[in-house]
Amino acid sequence: MNLLEITNLHASIEEDGHEILKGIDLVIRPGEVHALMGPNGSGKSTLAHVLSGRPGYVVTQGSARFLGMDLLAMPAEMRAREGIFLAFQYPVEIPGVSNTYFLRTAVNTVRKHRGQPELDAIDFLALLDEKAKLVEMEETLLNRSVNEGFSGGEKKRNEVLQMAVLDPKLAILDETDSGLDIDALRVAASGVNALRDGARGMLVITHYQRLLDYIIPDFVHVLSDGKIVKSGDKNLAKELEAKGYSWIEKEPPATASAVAGAAAR
Amino acid sequence: MSDAVLDTLTRQEYPHGFVTDIDTDVIPAGLSEDVVRLISNKKGEPEWLLDWRLKAYRHWLTMVEPKWARVTYPPIDYQKIVYYAAPRSSKEGAPKSLADVEPELLAMYEKLGVPLKEREILAGVAVDAVIDSVSVATTFKEKLASVGIIFCSFSEAVREHPDLVKKYLGSVVPSSDNFFAALNSAVFSDGSFCFIPKGVRCPMELSTYFRINQADTGQFERTLIVAEQGAVVSYLEGCTAPKRDTNQLHAAVVELVALDDAQIKYSTVQNWYPGDREGKGGIYNFVTKRGKCAGRNSRISWTQVETGSAITWKYPSCILLGDGSVGAFYSVALTNNYQQADTGTKMIHIGKNTRSTIVSKGISAGHGQNTYRGAVTIMKNAEGARNYSQCDSLLIGDQCGAHTFPYIEVKNSSATLEHEASTSKIGEDQLFYCRQRGLSAEDAVSLIVNGFAKRVLKELPMEFAVEAQKLLGVSLEGSVG
Repeated sequence: MNLLEITNLHASIEEDGHEILKGIDLVIRPGEVHALMGPNGSGKSTLAHVLSGRPGYVVTQGSARFLGMDLLAMPAEMRAREGIFLAFQYPVEIPGVSNTYFLRTAVNTVRKHRGQPELDAIDFLALLDEKAKLVEMEETLLNRSVNEGFSGGEKKRNEVLQMAVLDPKLAILDETDSGLDIDALRVAASGVNALRDGARGMLVITHYQRLLDYIIPDFVHVLSDGKIVKSGDKNLAKELEAKGYSWIEKEPPATASAVAGAAAR
Repeated sequence: MSDAVLDTLTRQEYPHGFVTDIDTDVIPAGLSEDVVRLISNKKGEPEWLLDWRLKAYRHWLTMVEPKWARVTYPPIDYQKIVYYAAPRSSKEGAPKSLADVEPELLAMYEKLGVPLKEREILAGVAVDAVIDSVSVATTFKEKLASVGIIFCSFSEAVREHPDLVKKYLGSVVPSSDNFFAALNSAVFSDGSFCFIPKGVRCPMELSTYFRINQADTGQFERTLIVAEQGAVVSYLEGCTAPKRDTNQLHAAVVELVALDDAQIKYSTVQNWYPGDREGKGGIYNFVTKRGKCAGRNSRISWTQVETGSAITWKYPSCILLGDGSVGAFYSVALTNNYQQADTGTKMIHIGKNTRSTIVSKGISAGHGQNTYRGAVTIMKNAEGARNYSQCDSLLIGDQCGAHTFPYIEVKNSSATLEHEASTSKIGEDQLFYCRQRGLSAEDAVSLIVNGFAKRVLKELPMEFAVEAQKLLGVSLEGSVG
């Protein structure tokens, strides 16, 4: 079964009715890593938000199915419990709530939903310890309040840590590379790579090709003005890097969606 | 806020809103010198106490209700309030032991989660249970008496320890202090009395559980805690009331006295009925609480979690008289629906090298209005006084309000004062972040609020911190759709 199947998805901003997504088609099968690239304002983050159920958007047409379920009919927390994880572009601070406590609450909420027994403090700490090594996270950060006073790199590593602990079926990484220096990027990417296991699907959203030097995608899609205008393999990213987004925007979109369809099959 | 998530405001039912059917001795509504005499007579009080009450009553007649607080409510008709109501069984005086307490009363407290059967208590908390106007039971009295601690109802203290009561009653909050304190002094019916003798560290938490049951009744209790030289005590009060459409008045007075090196930690979890979603009904909570650090190096700390009441008007304060004495005020005040709270503290530095800490966390949801009002006064001789104040406000939704009025008066140039304040809003971003990790919207709000209030909650005795955390969650339940 397809992990994620998006068909002709149109979405607008709730407040002003402005249409951002203008007919997205995309299929992600288990184990596949898809990169989604595109210029600023093309709708990359909006797609991540609509898929994860962030309020503020209205889907006007089309569908999104996750493991056969009607994703768009589910509240955000149900999507998370079913296995969709969003690594935030701008992780949020929650003062006074320890990182460890937050994560344990989340893990046990998800486990409960899956019919698994909740983890006690000792078992959870063992799991956390193991996963923290993946992203080279210091213990002091685990005891601090969620993201409070974290550097940009620490926040992004914390997102990857949460992803590792929550063990999602589909991970959406929204510009995880933005604001990171090269060392932080390497650490975050190696954490992500460690989670590639042939079953988990990933949608890696990025503006720049450099992240894809570390996370090698199976497919690359280019988003422009709310539509996927070109799809290909990892070489497409390199070609984009060389020629710039204006190269894609000149191409007629009909060809592009044919390629996207081929890639999906 | 744009999102629909925070717009829909509903509320979980107040869990303590039931009425217990007990045979109650109620005097007619209204207030006069005769009523004051009747109350005193019902309690079989000595002449000096009646005189004290009458003096307070006559002074009260000359006073006007304070209007400076940032709360609005229709005028209170003091002639429509019942000033004395007591469960019939305790008409002849408080029961001698738990065996004499009416089974309906025991069942009521059990339903409220207040344990009165000593053998069932694991944590070792001594409880004085006050319903309407009287104390119905006090636990662990004998055990406490064995180390010299007196813990009993106020009425019993008047009978058994008149010299102590006479010495300290009104010594911190004079009967003429303010409108509501004067009213309380005239008609107070019962409350708790606690005396920790020199050098004794109280072996268990002491607590009073206040319950209003009767309709149209005001509750006017007094609590007096005295800690002699080097004594240490931790005290907790809890409050609930049935759901009613009418507003009920609660005007209490609490006085604390700490002598040299003594420590009093006073914690409150106030959960009076807050009124319904439209703001109908609820308790008017007008309370005067003040502690006097009379001795050198004495300490008094107030910790309060205020989630109930339609209106809260209270300012637990410290008079830092003894050199080196320390005062603290830790507060979480939560207003949801149409609740209004105007609360804070006064720290009055008189002695040298006195220190005070104020941490106030206000949470507003629905149409709630939350005001912090505090004063730090450094008197002329308070060399080296220090104060640290922190006032934070958290807003949930866009219909509520948070207001901060810090007053500072410094008459000694060697003083050090720090003040920090912040206002934040539970944003769509925080909520969505939590929900994306699998938490429901309500669990997310509860988590964020508890994180916000953490610095205060950790000041509560362990047994009650967990309860307070749950209470914050329950009080906000339904504040996000």
